[in-house]
Amino acid sequence: MSDVIDRPILAEEAAAKSRLRIIDCDVHPSIHAHSDIEQFMPKRWQEHLRTYGSHLRTPYIGTTPYPRSSPLIARRDAWPPTGGPPGSDLDFMRKQHLDPLDIEYGILQVLDLFIFSQQNLEFGAAIQRAINDWQLAFWSDRDPRLKASILAGQDDTQLAIAEIERCAKIGRYVQINVCPRANEPLGRRRYWPIYARAQELGLPLGIHVGGYGGHAPTGGGWPSYYAEEHQSNAHTMAAQLTSLVLEGVPERFPNLKIIFIEGGFGWIPSATWRMDRHFEAFRSEVPHLKRRPSEYVKEHFWFTTQPIDEPDEGKHLRSLIEWVGVDRLLFSSDYPHWDFDDPRYAFRTPLTETERRKIFNGNARALYKL
Amino acid sequence: MTRHIVARTSDIPPGGNKVFGVDGRDIVVFHVNGEFFALLNRCPHAGAPLEKAACVARLTSPEPGVYERSRVGELLRCAWHGWEFDMRNGQSWFDPKRVKIRSYPVSVESGEVLQKGPYVAETFPVHVEDSYVIIET
Repeated sequence: MSDVIDRPILAEEAAAKSRLRIIDCDVHPSIHAHSDIEQFMPKRWQEHLRTYGSHLRTPYIGTTPYPRSSPLIARRDAWPPTGGPPGSDLDFMRKQHLDPLDIEYGILQVLDLFIFSQQNLEFGAAIQRAINDWQLAFWSDRDPRLKASILAGQDDTQLAIAEIERCAKIGRYVQINVCPRANEPLGRRRYWPIYARAQELGLPLGIHVGGYGGHAPTGGGWPSYYAEEHQSNAHTMAAQLTSLVLEGVPERFPNLKIIFIEGGFGWIPSATWRMDRHFEAFRSEVPHLKRRPSEYVKEHFWFTTQPIDEPDEGKHLRSLIEWVGVDRLLFSSDYPHWDFDDPRYAFRTPLTETERRKIFNGNARALYKL
Repeated sequence: MTRHIVARTSDIPPGGNKVFGVDGRDIVVFHVNGEFFALLNRCPHAGAPLEKAACVARLTSPEPGVYERSRVGELLRCAWHGWEFDMRNGQSWFDPKRVKIRSYPVSVESGEVLQKGPYVAETFPVHVEDSYVIIET
């Protein structure tokens, strides 16, 4: 077919004993029109949305702190022909993404309406409730491949737990999503009631990058460029992984499963090696930890693959995968965003049949109980 | 070397493009400022269709704070990951030697010349009064 790119993986899969279908752990649906979401909101919050809208810790209403790489950070070919923003048209999503790539399940990740960045926590919770209902009515009910997540902003912990309870009773959600950039690092005890409930319910905790906290996204401060900000997603993930492990969350909640979404995985080996060194040196500072930090990471945390690292030499990507662990990785595409990873071409290093089955399907199937 | 007549020059508006199936390949032809460029319709990075790419200018900065825009509309910015390529030769902007899109020679001929052949025109009769885009594969 092409004289530029290696033969697609899926062609090999077709010849394999049984076809490998893909579980995509990061699919972004979008709201087509505000009216779609308002039907799931009490009048009081509908009026608030129309009158006041978002109030973020950014200077201007309705703006993001940075210009983006492309309109709505989307692939230029992902705008539905019927109008509306990328990710808002289920039929087009089927035609462009779910069907041609043979997606068995897609895990929905909603970022609309600055869902985790609202300074008005009650309004944030009202949006989260509406989005949680909208995911079922507009997506899961219409296409059983698409699985919803319970969005619960953790800074008002009581509201978060109430929403988790409400959705857990419905019983059709595969994970609980919290904000990656909350007011405090995620390991802090104020958030533990959420982790306790997630563990009791047997739902994994999803942490998807993005959002606008009150803190600069890097340890160096506010970036000047989108390229710099995009890279900061990995810094944020590394900081939160460190906080969760060192504060003792996996020690305290041994059955809690935590998934980092859209942070890639290239940064993990260095972060865990360093944590282990520090653990040896400063063990008396964190006596609540019973094991090396890397052991907690290898047993309690999972990482979606996109945006995948593309080292010049394939063998280096191979090493990264081995260091992180094939069992820890979950394929994700980030459809319809510009930094989308195509499952056929994203891994520029050979994978064995067993590895492929784990990364593209088996790990997610077990974790999300699909 | 086969010459294919793929379109009338008026079929591809300035700033636009059109995809043609030639010899089992999808080739995309861009029209920029009266010139035509033909490339394989597939980004070498992850296979995105180049027909959806943005046509942009080359932006260079000889020193901090000084910016120069040149060759407006002659660079492609891929629809997915934003890799930039030169339409004239398919070379990438960031690594011209290693990463490139296959490009094809294009010429524009008048119907009068074409009627003398040899060429391959599968789709339409050639009229003397029109001019045509020819791709060589």
